[in-house]
Amino acid sequence: MADDRPAPLDKIAILRSATPARIFLPRAGAALTTRATLDFQLAHAEARDAVEERLDADRLFDELTFRGLTAVRVKSAARDRRSFLLRPDLGRKLDDDSRQHLKALAGDYDLAFVIAEGLSARAIARHALPVLERALQSLGQTSWKIAPIVLAEQGRVALGDDIGETLGARLVAVFIGERPGLSSPDSMGVYLTFAPRVGRTDAERNCLSNIRPQGLSYADAAHKLIYLCNEARRRQLTGVDLKDEANTLPSGELRTIDAKS
Amino acid sequence: MYATTILGTSYRFPDLKTLMAKATPLRSGDCLAGIAAASAAERVAAQMALADLPLSVFLNEALVPYEEDEVTRLILDGHDRNAFAPIASLTVGEFRDWLLSDAVDEDALAALTFGLTPEMAAAVSKICRNQDLILVAAKRRVITKFRNTLGLRGRLSSRIQPNHPTDDARGVLASAIDGLLLGNGDAVIGVNPASDSPEQCYELLSLLDELRETLSIPTQSCVLAHVTTTLQLMERHAPVDLVFQSIGGTQAANSSFAIDLALLRESREAALALKRGTVGDNVMYFETGQGSALSANAHWNCDQQTLEARAYGVARAFDPLLVNTVVGFIGPEYLFDGKQITRAALEDHFCGKLLGLPMGCDVCYTNHAEADQNDMDDLLTLLAVAGVNYVMGVPGADDIMLNYQSTSYHDVLAVRRMLNLAPAPEFAQWLADVGLTDARGELRPLALPASFAPLLERA
Repeated sequence: MADDRPAPLDKIAILRSATPARIFLPRAGAALTTRATLDFQLAHAEARDAVEERLDADRLFDELTFRGLTAVRVKSAARDRRSFLLRPDLGRKLDDDSRQHLKALAGDYDLAFVIAEGLSARAIARHALPVLERALQSLGQTSWKIAPIVLAEQGRVALGDDIGETLGARLVAVFIGERPGLSSPDSMGVYLTFAPRVGRTDAERNCLSNIRPQGLSYADAAHKLIYLCNEARRRQLTGVDLKDEANTLPSGELRTIDAKS
Repeated sequence: MYATTILGTSYRFPDLKTLMAKATPLRSGDCLAGIAAASAAERVAAQMALADLPLSVFLNEALVPYEEDEVTRLILDGHDRNAFAPIASLTVGEFRDWLLSDAVDEDALAALTFGLTPEMAAAVSKICRNQDLILVAAKRRVITKFRNTLGLRGRLSSRIQPNHPTDDARGVLASAIDGLLLGNGDAVIGVNPASDSPEQCYELLSLLDELRETLSIPTQSCVLAHVTTTLQLMERHAPVDLVFQSIGGTQAANSSFAIDLALLRESREAALALKRGTVGDNVMYFETGQGSALSANAHWNCDQQTLEARAYGVARAFDPLLVNTVVGFIGPEYLFDGKQITRAALEDHFCGKLLGLPMGCDVCYTNHAEADQNDMDDLLTLLAVAGVNYVMGVPGADDIMLNYQSTSYHDVLAVRRMLNLAPAPEFAQWLADVGLTDARGELRPLALPASFAPLLERA
């Protein structure tokens, strides 16, 4: 027989509303009830599917073009999902064809945007364009020289260093699907790196994390990103040293990169 | 140079660390580092060569240079020749047989503790099957104390891990209360702070201390901030029970965590001076995990399991209350699937126990690893059979701050029931006193105890 923890119901409801954690799950003996067990299975299935999904890069390319943006497609040196997962080093560098392609586009750019599915293609499919459009809108009234938007397959965060360096951009913003959590399979991150070049460490970047409607909103994400871009250009750096002042922003998800992430 | 010949094929291993790496059961991190055996046969050849190696070799050939690494110096300078005497003449293979033999009991293993180096423990683990790792570890209990007694035979403890994405006090409290009602939390009530800001950590420490005081729980609390943050908080008289730190098996790995041995010593002294323990003074809490050195490029071309054992060499110098490997957190590029995670956890538990540590395990995986909750069920059961000191209790096994899956409060209940294990004695008594368990120690399906009322007002 299942027993739903029979504490005073109003008290339990108050506690349950205090956190999105899976608390006060109904138990059947020393285990979870069927429904709670299957709810967990579904959440894990969503997260697994998010990891396996490929980005529909054709479609995203068309959508960018439709909006009058110049886009270019590249691939990392990781040939497939398995090598992407097992060889992080390959996901951080361009394959040879892509490098040649980007070299031909090198120029005098203040900022390059890179869109990579990372570990959640659905995060990118859902959130990349809305945030990018808002960011470009804000930059529209300024003198920023923007590189063609780079769509990267099987890319990790540091692929932005290779891309930014090859293009000759002074700043690179990588939009990437974050490692899916059980309760957040479609979370997008944005990593900003000043003077991108191969070998930059995570301590030299700033990160906006948990971008999704239930987390950091599109408007807030774009606002913070533009703030960071301006500060990075003014102070000629990103990373830990940019953190302190950026933290004075309204509450949100801005942080430098945690060793555990 | 080490060599062995199998069926006419000869295999050569230029040095000890190459031999160790190639003898290691397959895992993705060693492949990523480019040091794994090139074939299954080469792996067994290396295991055979390793089995014939005298244990004393590890006292003469350092895998990480003595002059350049304070962890190596700690290990070799602290080696106890007298304790080593019973096994001094054995090879690695003979040592495995010795460990498994009926004549070697808990006392013999306890006496050996400081005669064993981490490298010796790692070496013998590489030629053990999973069953051997469990059999031997089950002989050895390591007991530690602060406000209760952890690690006794027949007991299984758990950490309540009530993390919250923004360190919200109500959210943390709600998760912790759920854990207590399910009989968890005797190892520690420990929060990973989302922010390392000292102010936020101070608030969390005060919150957990108030929870413990209000309910008179015989347990300890911890905010798992960086050791420098905790030091600073102790100076400000925050209620610090335990000092937490992630540690690695090389000096360079520890540098990547922004720590060294002197800092750990300093923080332990500061925590001891607070005299907050009631039944003992084990004041340190360490977390480790295979692959941390490689991820910091601090691995000296050593295999990740040997370096993990060296991290235990660091831990045991500080008499910790709790040590756990966070086995599947690091991701599939280090441990690819449930099989590799399971193997690594059993090795870690085995090596930790032989080296005298109160080993626990965060039985866990990330969503990009080839693993699921069934793998965690298997591993949790195996570790409980092996006598693991404690595991994690995470609400619904879903850590909403660190974005990975671990074991749940319910999992702890289930494994305690399956294997007839009880919480730490002082904590079990408390559960009975507040009315959460019945005469048989089973949880009652009852209303919240009256003593919880003040906390509910706060939440």
